[in-house]
Amino acid sequence: MSAPAGLPPRPAGAVAAYPGGPGGSREAAAPQGAAPRCQNGPVQSQMQFPSGYGSHPPNYSAPSGHYSQVPSKAVSSHLDNQYRASYQSPYYSAPAQNVMTPPVGTNVLNTRESQQFYNSSTPPHTVGLTEGPAQGAIPSGSYVYTSAQQSYSAFGDHYNTSVSSSVASQGFPLNSDHYAMPVVSSAMYPNVSYPPAATSSMYGQAFTSQSLPAAGQFKETNTFSSQSTSVPHSLQQHVPVGYNSTLSTISSAQSFQDNLSKSLTGSVAKVNNQVNRGGIDSSQPVHSVSQNVQLTKPGFGAPASSALISSVRTPAPGLSSQPRSSPSITQSPDSALQEALDSSSTTSSASPVLNNYDALEGGGYPETRSVTNSPVPTPPAPQTSKTSKPFGYGYPALQPAYQNTSPPTPVQATNPSHHPGFQHYPQQYPGVNQLSSSLGGLSLQHSQQPEGLRPINLTQDRNILPVSSVPAPVPNLNSDLRKLNCSPDSFRCTLTNIPQTQALLNKAKLPLGLLLHPFRDLTQLPVITSSTIVRCRSCRTYINPFVSFIDQRRWKCNLCYRVNDVPEEFMYNPLTRSYGEPHKRPEVQNSTVEFIASSDYMLRPPQPAVYLFVLDVSHNAVDAGYLTIVCNSLLENLDKLPGDSRTRIGFITFDSTVQFYNLQEGLSQPQMLIVSDIDDIFLPTPDGLLVNLHESKELIKDLLNALPNMFTNTRETHSALGSALQAAFKLMSPTGGRISVFQTQLPSLGAGLLHSREDPNQRSSTKVVQHLGPATDFYKKLALDCSGQQTAVDLFLLSSQYSDLASLACMSKYSAGCIYYYPSFHHSHNPAQAEKLQKDLKRYLTRKIGFEAVMRIRCTKGLSIHTFHGNFFVRSTDLLSLANVNPDAGFAVQMSIEESLTDTSLACFQTALLYTSSKGERRIRVHTLCLPVVNSLADVYAGADVQAVVCLLANMAVDRSVSSSLPDARDALVNAVVDSLSAYMSTASNLQQSMLIAPNSLKLFPLYVLALLKQKAFRTGTSTRLDDRVYAMCQIKSQPLVHLMKMIHPNLYRIDKLIDESTIHVNDRVVPQPPLQKLSAEKLTREGAFLMDCGSNFYIWIGKNCDNNFIKDVLGYPNYASIPQRMTQLPEIDALPSERTRSFISWLRDNRPLSPVLQVIKDENPAKTDFFQHLIEDRTEAAFSYYEFLLHIQQQICK
Amino acid sequence: MESVVFIFSLIDCCALIFLSVYFIITLSDLECDYINARSCCSKLNKWVVPEVIGHAVVTVLMLISLHWFIFLLNLPIATWNIYRFIMVPSGNMGVFDPTEIHNRGQLKSHMKEAMIKLGFHLLCFFMYLYSATTGARLTDLTLSN
Repeated sequence: MSAPAGLPPRPAGAVAAYPGGPGGSREAAAPQGAAPRCQNGPVQSQMQFPSGYGSHPPNYSAPSGHYSQVPSKAVSSHLDNQYRASYQSPYYSAPAQNVMTPPVGTNVLNTRESQQFYNSSTPPHTVGLTEGPAQGAIPSGSYVYTSAQQSYSAFGDHYNTSVSSSVASQGFPLNSDHYAMPVVSSAMYPNVSYPPAATSSMYGQAFTSQSLPAAGQFKETNTFSSQSTSVPHSLQQHVPVGYNSTLSTISSAQSFQDNLSKSLTGSVAKVNNQVNRGGIDSSQPVHSVSQNVQLTKPGFGAPASSALISSVRTPAPGLSSQPRSSPSITQSPDSALQEALDSSSTTSSASPVLNNYDALEGGGYPETRSVTNSPVPTPPAPQTSKTSKPFGYGYPALQPAYQNTSPPTPVQATNPSHHPGFQHYPQQYPGVNQLSSSLGGLSLQHSQQPEGLRPINLTQDRNILPVSSVPAPVPNLNSDLRKLNCSPDSFRCTLTNIPQTQALLNKAKLPLGLLLHPFRDLTQLPVITSSTIVRCRSCRTYINPFVSFIDQRRWKCNLCYRVNDVPEEFMYNPLTRSYGEPHKRPEVQNSTVEFIASSDYMLRPPQPAVYLFVLDVSHNAVDAGYLTIVCNSLLENLDKLPGDSRTRIGFITFDSTVQFYNLQEGLSQPQMLIVSDIDDIFLPTPDGLLVNLHESKELIKDLLNALPNMFTNTRETHSALGSALQAAFKLMSPTGGRISVFQTQLPSLGAGLLHSREDPNQRSSTKVVQHLGPATDFYKKLALDCSGQQTAVDLFLLSSQYSDLASLACMSKYSAGCIYYYPSFHHSHNPAQAEKLQKDLKRYLTRKIGFEAVMRIRCTKGLSIHTFHGNFFVRSTDLLSLANVNPDAGFAVQMSIEESLTDTSLACFQTALLYTSSKGERRIRVHTLCLPVVNSLADVYAGADVQAVVCLLANMAVDRSVSSSLPDARDALVNAVVDSLSAYMSTASNLQQSMLIAPNSLKLFPLYVLALLKQKAFRTGTSTRLDDRVYAMCQIKSQPLVHLMKMIHPNLYRIDKLIDESTIHVNDRVVPQPPLQKLSAEKLTREGAFLMDCGSNFYIWIGKNCDNNFIKDVLGYPNYASIPQRMTQLPEIDALPSERTRSFISWLRDNRPLSPVLQVIKDENPAKTDFFQHLIEDRTEAAFSYYEFLLHIQQQICK
Repeated sequence: MESVVFIFSLIDCCALIFLSVYFIITLSDLECDYINARSCCSKLNKWVVPEVIGHAVVTVLMLISLHWFIFLLNLPIATWNIYRFIMVPSGNMGVFDPTEIHNRGQLKSHMKEAMIKLGFHLLCFFMYLYSATTGARLTDLTLSN
């Protein structure tokens, strides 16, 4: 922390580690000296520090407490500037010395992280580097490179030796909090001089995660990990970030997740020993090498400055804290990107040497053999064989060249300017491939295969629910692809192992499809500004991490396999400011990126944000009292509406006539214009109805204040919704935008009038449920017109009676709007709904919005999409037209395999969402998912993602019940379970037919399907209002997977003993983690209190004999009897149970966009039916219990 | 008389053939993204009723003129046409619905249907042509005699 200026130059500082170390590090001094020598060419300009480092070490060993901070800070803050500044010229010309005195205070967090990554990544590489020139060390270097185990060992090495001896001795513990060096932090664990609290610092966590699998033999680390339950979280956050180079990190983390650690430890231990002998030095040179590279960057950037066209920006995070991540781990987008690039550039210097070792030594190790299913053949020496691979292992393709020129020096000498680029390829990839293939092999043999396929006897195994939420299965890819892959939150496939042929898919009896949440709020998203967006010339796929680079100038599309040229601009990497490394561009390093599109992607200038509110003011509406809530919410959030200075807003109200409001700037008060000719609606004035939000703000506020009281005495009961919508369409069609319709009853006048179709006596019928489809095509046509004019219609239906949602919903469904439904809404009689409306509106008004959007989903040749689910209009075969896109919209598609995928081992899917942001920027968000292709049925089952399967089935069932009938859809759901389980049982021949066996991956399938059958959308026999049912169907169609799963299968927790539960730390809060309970009354006890999380609702059920202390401490009432019937909030009581409960609930809330409404339910409360209907494992009058359902399935299978 | 019936059927059949070809072309345009679903469906829906009527007229004409074999040949397709037209759900915008046409392989089945109809109409065309010419020859013969 202390003034960096006073300190010696960074590289020298880094070197200080060596003299400080014990004997081992002194040995390393020799390779070090050699290290710069191999970096001739551009490095020549930096010769200052090699020399400095020869002479200075003694000085540095003294202030060693500082050295690591200062350089790290200097490095990354410099970098930070570098890429934020988007090539400001000073940075180009900036000589290496600039690095020494950058503004230090920029971003401490970033700095630390990036530094950490970059160091942590280096150990394995540096070994190779340092050993390369120094011949004496070759053997140990080769050990480290050849396999995964060895890279673990590098870490283990830290723990053992370098840590305790050299680093710890240098006084690091003094300001341990600020330490950037992973070596240091890891050093601390064995010494246990870090207090457990240190876990919450990012390094602590990051490191534990890394150390866990590798250092299983250290007792210290084990105890440490047990102290922090948050380790898995840190893992998840950690993995995707540093993927470039932190190979060892990720692979170890991954293996941890796969429960691999056990199987690995044996070999790790072995290798550890090897490395421990000669490996101390290997960890030491890390610093010097990485620092050198950092310094060279400006030098590389300079020659390429003419080519800089693109820059990378990162947007402010949409959410302040990401779910599941402790804040210390959540990285600002900047640092994340930076890390990726930092670390990759770091590695570059070592590459040629590595490659040689890889080639020389790779075959010598049994661990590196290629594994059955792993797509990489992992040839021991020649990388050439990989060149023609059709999938994402592109970078090795460059290697032949390197192998020919195995002595590193000639390469560099010949073209020094390409130095980093050339070196990079081989360096990264041989390591990755070998490492990952060996890892992948291990995971296949030891854990994954049995885990996904482990047979589970459903009728006997009662506890199939996991302790916490069900994780998404990880595709069985090798770890580098796995790291690059798209987050399962945005992009999920029902089968994470894609079957090779349609025949195989048919045999598996599972649906193949994707579940998308493309516009999800993201905390880190690389945003790329570039004059040319690199795309495949034939299929228009955006360049992505899974393409292969054939050589520096050409890349091969991973969807259509066409070979494309790399444009000149793409050769320049704006982040590292280096030339000739197209594979290090952020587009190729992130599977989720956002491009700022050029005018080629516009049909017209980007539209402004335009919002139109269409409000029902008939008697019914005024009586329900929603206007006050809407107007107040709007008033509160007027400034937070997404938009820029062009944002426009307008209002229309309607009863039997349509009222317009002239809000033209300059008027003294809003002017109401009434059009009573509803059969031929027209706009009463050409302008002034949609006004600029900023210019007419006062008038708008006046109107919003006046509106709730303007119609209090209305006697008008009719509703001319259709005409109002036509007027709204006319108003919006020149610009496009968003229409928000608030409707409280059945439209009864003019165009689009509807009649009541519901027969209340049929509500609980077990037979056909009619009228699930629209009654008229008026709303559909209107929606398509709107969609054509880039206008979306969002519907808020707040009705107490039947309003034919099935017909009304069409206006939103096909215009890409969203639907909210508040049954029996009343502002005072139903406060829970009123509160929900308020919360929903807050989110609705302030959430991100994209206008005039289109989404295209591309997939590998051979796969094709045949059905789409969600709210949009399918404009052509794979183009979805989305007038608006919002972060809460989910989509699903069904796919079929048209051509067999035998010639490829990876299938890729890419969604590109082109939209206009509320700030008027045209942007493209691209997600790419890569999955392995398999040819055996067992593998297909092993990779089934049960949640995705269930969500896709739910979507299909909705279609089926509308187009055919509800019983049909229910049968289809049951048949899906029966067919897939019987198909599975027939493949595993050794299973007894008398038992109901499911593979582990599908063990929850029957449970979820039963839950679906008891869901409002599909249940029969229980009284369900038609609108409720239709709304549930609409939600199934448009909700993203995470929210849909909560709706289908709520989470139940026992919360009266939260103090005893294990906890995690989030934002300095202690969040208890109670285990998931089965949704069965059997789990409820009168002595307990239970929380049910249904996605949009939280129910707290209080048992009759619940502990009075809990009632007092958490609910704030002396005893059970005094708890009121309606309780929607937990009081803030200064007691531990209350604090824990509230922190748990707010933690659950943080994970979702819509803040759910909380209801406290006592046993005699009428609302308890709401609670009990979600206990889906129990028998009801009309439906099976879970066990009966299993027996039913078994019967069906045996038939 | 006979030949008049067949000549009329021939003309009608020609129209139906052209209609089938038009359906196929429009649908394949949609398949290739040359037009969007909305315009494609509105184009096609316009011609659904004429097609139904055109085919029904020939069928009825054959029944009236007591050409049983040809009538029975035409009956299934005519029934299918009418059934399809009647069974359109109330919320849909016609036989071809732009919001559904890309789902569940509807486009393909429409295409297949149009192909089958084209084949059928071609077959009918030659049958009518043959009947018309033989019928004409018969009248020629009667006239000359």
